[in-house]
Amino acid sequence: MNKYYLDHLEELESEAIFVLREVAANFQNPVILFSGGKDSIVVTHLAKKAFYPAKIPFSLLHVDTGHNFPETIDFRDKLVESLGVYLLVGSVQKSIDDGRVAEERGKNATRNSLQITTLLDTIEEERIDCAIGGARRDEEKARAKERFFSHRDDFGQWDPKNQRPELWNLFNAKHFEGEHFRVFPISNWTEMDVWGYILRENIAIPSLYYAHERRVLWRNNSWIPESEHLQIDENEEIVTKKIRFRTLGDITITGGIESDADTLEKIVAEVAAMRETERGNRADDKRSESAMEDRKRQGYF
Amino acid sequence: MTTQTSQLLRFTTAGSVDDGKSTLIGRLLYDSKSIFEDQLDAIEKTSQRKGHDGVDLALFTDGLRDEREQGITIDVAYRYFSTPKRKFIIADTPGHIQYTRNMVTGASTANAAIILIDARNGVVEQTKRHSYIASLLQISHVIVCVNKMDLVDWSEDRFNEIVSEYEAVASKMLVKDVHYIPISALKGDNVVNRSENMNWYMGAPLLHSLETLHISSDINKVDARFAVQTVIRPQSEEHRDFRGYAGRVASGIFRPGDDVVVLPSGFQSKISRIDFDTKELNEAFAPMSVILSLDSDIDVSRGDMIVKANNQPEPEQDVEAMICWLNNKAARPRTKFSILHTTNEQKAMIREVVYKMNIDTLERNMDDKEIGMNDICRVKIRTTQPLMIDSYRENRTTGSFILIDDATNETVAAGMIL
Ligand SMILES: Nc1nc2c(ncn2[C@@H]2O[C@H](COP(=O)(O)OP(=O)(O)OP(=O)(O)O)[C@@H](O)[C@H]2O)c(=O)[nH]1
Ligand SMILES: [Mg+2]
Repeated sequence: MNKYYLDHLEELESEAIFVLREVAANFQNPVILFSGGKDSIVVTHLAKKAFYPAKIPFSLLHVDTGHNFPETIDFRDKLVESLGVYLLVGSVQKSIDDGRVAEERGKNATRNSLQITTLLDTIEEERIDCAIGGARRDEEKARAKERFFSHRDDFGQWDPKNQRPELWNLFNAKHFEGEHFRVFPISNWTEMDVWGYILRENIAIPSLYYAHERRVLWRNNSWIPESEHLQIDENEEIVTKKIRFRTLGDITITGGIESDADTLEKIVAEVAAMRETERGNRADDKRSESAMEDRKRQGYF
Repeated sequence: MTTQTSQLLRFTTAGSVDDGKSTLIGRLLYDSKSIFEDQLDAIEKTSQRKGHDGVDLALFTDGLRDEREQGITIDVAYRYFSTPKRKFIIADTPGHIQYTRNMVTGASTANAAIILIDARNGVVEQTKRHSYIASLLQISHVIVCVNKMDLVDWSEDRFNEIVSEYEAVASKMLVKDVHYIPISALKGDNVVNRSENMNWYMGAPLLHSLETLHISSDINKVDARFAVQTVIRPQSEEHRDFRGYAGRVASGIFRPGDDVVVLPSGFQSKISRIDFDTKELNEAFAPMSVILSLDSDIDVSRGDMIVKANNQPEPEQDVEAMICWLNNKAARPRTKFSILHTTNEQKAMIREVVYKMNIDTLERNMDDKEIGMNDICRVKIRTTQPLMIDSYRENRTTGSFILIDDATNETVAAGMIL
């Protein structure tokens, strides 16, 4: 039977691919911001499909906080090799050593906001004119306000009260020297869409997303993994739990949830029944009501 | 899995400041159980802190600090939810006239518009402005929600009064499919659940209407149009001879073997194959992103359009269009702009303002030729090279364009070709 309409995942896929091809056509030196999380993996997968049989015409840029899950780095390196793309790494440790930023102190210290400087420095040094991100509008209330093609001034800043109008699918990519764009091909996807798509396309993702046994402690309402960077309080206790992660960020701030979901099918079923957002477990968003907007204004992902 | 094969409906809110657009979207999400617990917690806390009686539902979409401080929407917020019947993408847009450009942004990709009217105030100028923009954008389905019925004693007479007021306005525009629903976004009447306060209303609540709007026929399946985004030439041994044209089908259906013409050159060819990823397809239709290959070696590049030989758009250097001016700087006469139409970019100049719409009276003003912020005008534009155009009414993709100011790089106008 012929059907002349796309189902919603096909339509979202087609939209994202259109956006990625517009990036390739409009910019000199675009990169995919690759964190090793599911969203940037999906964006990379879409880029592969968009240009096949040619190779992905973008490099991958990883802003490395040094506080990684080892599994993420392993996954990144294998993916880069199989795609034959170039990997750029911006190092937060180097930004600290060079005195560009200062490490936060205390138990809740993270390198999350330090990434902004490393990212903007890398964009400037490498003369990157477009950074493709896997951010989705459903993730967070400030992200719900993003355009597909989001302009950044020569300080890398976002001005949410003064965004360019964005009509139909006509993307204005014009910018002056020193300015750049952030482009978000999966803007319109929900967490559920991402998982549904990973399942449909059978996309490889880091093992951290599947339920596994891990040594963790209970903090800020989630299971924080043990690592060399974790400061443990007297009243906190490391236990072994079967957990999985809904999002991946720094090992110091990414909390896991208890789960038995060890296949993609089970993960999709679990996500469908979730009553809390995926970022609900991320300490970086909990700092204040406008934490994300404030970081984004400065140039965060 | 319920979401596997559902269709996507994109809709936008419209209407004047404080008519309750954001509250309605909050209510729709809340009553359809699409709100996560941590989001609800956060919003309950904020509402308490601000001294609201209950939960301020508008906070689900008003996500920017300035919006929360001022209690208004400034820029479009996109929200997502699904029911077993459909997936929805909502664009909640600002009512304030100053941010009309953001309303146009949200509305430009919508299949349906919900126009809110405050039952106490009836139709006001912003209602007309947004309705007119929605009709220009050819949004096929309009649902007029008469809101705040709780403040007019759930009065059937008041509802009917506003319906006739709006019908008088709508008759001066091109809107086809209009539905009317009396609601209270604040209390939840006729949003997801049927109202118990308005037994006189026989129709369905809003969500049910959204679930059942017939949208499949909105796509143009006749005029095959394919704008080339980029040329795919792999540098690998294995695919050395591959040369394909990447793009998204704007309308119509393409199949291998079809006789096609590449515009503007006019070269004729045949489609030799259609690819997507590792799959070879036997047809491609809107809005699929694919790669077309042709069976002759002709020069094709970004900005060219591939169409069927027996159904071609008009190549035009003189274009008549309706434009919405989106910039606070007025248009200076005879300024050059960049014009972006499909994937084709040229220089353009506004040669003549034919008339300007008076939004309040919905009449044409033939004397006022100034184009300022939020003005809607009929203009004549001349471009440096021909554009391959259709009328916007027949084709939203090949009938639309934007103007970009070369001095600032800002998008200054949205255009719909007549
Ligand atoms: N009594 C009553 N008040 C309502 C209703 N719907 C909205 N309101 C109130 O009207 C005010 C404005 O609501 P919003 O939802 O912010 O209005 P809006 O249309 O989104 O405004 P802008 O986005 O700034 O154009 C708020 O105080 C709401 O609580 C309703 O059905 N009944
Ligand atoms: Mg609002």
